[in-house]
Amino acid sequence: MGISTESQFHVLAVDDSLIDRKLIERLLKTSSYQVTTVDSGTKALEFLGVHEDDQSNPDIPSVSPNTHQEVEVNLIITDYCMPGMTGYDLLRKIKESSSLRNIPVVIMSSENVPSRISRCLEEGAEEFFLKPVRLSDVNRLRPHIMKTKPKDQQEDKQENKEEELGKPEFQSREEKEEQQQQQQHHHLQHQHSNSNKRKALEEGLSPDRTRPRYNNGLTTVV
Amino acid sequence: MERNQMHKHIFLMRQSFFDQGLLDDQFIQLEELQDDANPNFVEEVVTLYYRDSSRTILNIEQSLEKNPLDFNKLDNYMHQFKGSSTSIGAKKVKAECTQFREYCRAGNGEGCMRTFQQLKKEYAILKKKLETYFQQTRQAGPSETACRPRMN
Repeated sequence: MGISTESQFHVLAVDDSLIDRKLIERLLKTSSYQVTTVDSGTKALEFLGVHEDDQSNPDIPSVSPNTHQEVEVNLIITDYCMPGMTGYDLLRKIKESSSLRNIPVVIMSSENVPSRISRCLEEGAEEFFLKPVRLSDVNRLRPHIMKTKPKDQQEDKQENKEEELGKPEFQSREEKEEQQQQQQHHHLQHQHSNSNKRKALEEGLSPDRTRPRYNNGLTTVV
Repeated sequence: MERNQMHKHIFLMRQSFFDQGLLDDQFIQLEELQDDANPNFVEEVVTLYYRDSSRTILNIEQSLEKNPLDFNKLDNYMHQFKGSSTSIGAKKVKAECTQFREYCRAGNGEGCMRTFQQLKKEYAILKKKLETYFQQTRQAGPSETACRPRMN
């Protein structure tokens, strides 16, 4: 149940769509993450145990402190378009919270709107995924999640599973993490995270996302 | 012998969904998430989709009866519906959703209604076909070379 003594990572997924919650849950579980899904930003904050004193905005209702200590969340992945609190609003609240701001946040959206993507990345989102989210997207979460664990727990058992990473920036992941531990999160945004940001932007803008064709030998013939 | 025939039949059925443009690659993504621990994942998602979206369809239907039409509201409903349809790979349904939203933005009520009728047709056709597909897949039982593509 997301207890920090286990080496499994815990992801909180936020989406108002029932189908998409089911999908993201399956994607994350396939990648061996523990998953909690909620259907709104408000519920996400409740789950995270948001406190009044953690917020710069005193209008945020404080919630029972019990959940805050026990549940460790290593990454939050949220839909952008949600009624009430949008994914962007949620992102901001998380970044404004002293207890939550170090949790990496990823935004998902069905709409490819470059200004939306930039805004989220500038606000501190690690990645921006276009929906429908796929396994190859979820594979990109790993380096962000690894940031939140102490070094000795970072051994990657999932390396055997097919990973579509193969990108140079992930080869020196440990170096990268050492760097990050010395710098504040908001400095990172302007430095080496730029390559991530740009990549997400580029992928977001590209009309031409390569998709495997269904008739390309994926099926096993009887 | 018969079992192999059933599997072949199912395989061809599935292939026809793609050939006829009813389903797209996203459906394959769902299949790839299915495994021994979650052997009915695709059917579960599709069932959930039809259950969940029936409410949205009703909402749209009711909204289309209003006068004047609230295109913003209609567009919002359709945004939701399009999202779910995309998530299960319902290609034709998704295309109708896109068309509908275009008519919303153009403030074209007639266009919306026409498209919605077409959408409901496609939606129903797909439902029937997938129900049959899942049912027959169950009947045929597990197979080493089942129609579900393996992750390589």
